[in-house]
Amino acid sequence: MLHLTLFLIFGAICVAGAVNLLVQRHPINAALSLVAVMASLAVEYLLLGAEFVAAVQVIVYAGAIMVLFVFVIMLLNAGEEARTGGSRVAILFGIPGMLAGSLLGAWVLITHSGTQEVPAGALPGPPREIANLLFHDFLLPFEVTSVLVLIAIMGAVVLAARPESVEQQKREG
Amino acid sequence: MVPLSYYLVLSGILFACGVTGFLIKRNIITIFMSIELMLNGVNLSFVAFAAHWHALSGQIFVFFVMVVAAAEAAVGLAIIIAVYRTRETLNVDHVNLLKL
Repeated sequence: MLHLTLFLIFGAICVAGAVNLLVQRHPINAALSLVAVMASLAVEYLLLGAEFVAAVQVIVYAGAIMVLFVFVIMLLNAGEEARTGGSRVAILFGIPGMLAGSLLGAWVLITHSGTQEVPAGALPGPPREIANLLFHDFLLPFEVTSVLVLIAIMGAVVLAARPESVEQQKREG
Repeated sequence: MVPLSYYLVLSGILFACGVTGFLIKRNIITIFMSIELMLNGVNLSFVAFAAHWHALSGQIFVFFVMVVAAAEAAVGLAIIIAVYRTRETLNVDHVNLLKL
């Protein structure tokens, strides 16, 4: 019962944050509501017994990625979103389409997926077992991801570098 | 005890909010945040299924999704900075030509 109550409370916070992201027109407000969504999702992971995922969610998503977003918003001095003809068309078709799609999806899930229940802390997922999986069964994907992250770092540096400094480097090198 | 379908409905709602934001938002940074919202919805369904079938590999997949999302955020925000430098706008309606 307590489990269901906690699920409902944090699920409501999650949905409220997601809807707030759609309603807010200033990017900073949208970013902060996304942080709220991610923090309450971390609590949902804890309810499922996935402590490692919850910790990574808070550290990587709510920490690192959102700091990057807020940093870029402040760097570019992003202001309120302007309304254009395209945004009116998008609202006209986007919201009814999303509502129809999600209602259909929810109906299918609730009627066809049965009501097997996920017990609280169902998953024996201490970090030790996750590390066992990660460094034995999934060792190759793990190493490939490290290469991916390295490429992403280099790509970000090249893309965000000022064009004149790149040309200067070419002249020097 | 929470039925599995509740978790799936929550993750579906998050994904649908992400899709809607992607469609109705005109600020390129907010569109990017909507993509992150979609990834979060998918992660929730991964963890719920992992708990349902007592399979830890679902959590490993969530870990990989997070790593890819972090890499994608770094590169995507760098692209946004580059677009802003050349166009001086963040509105996607004004970024509709390949040529300046």
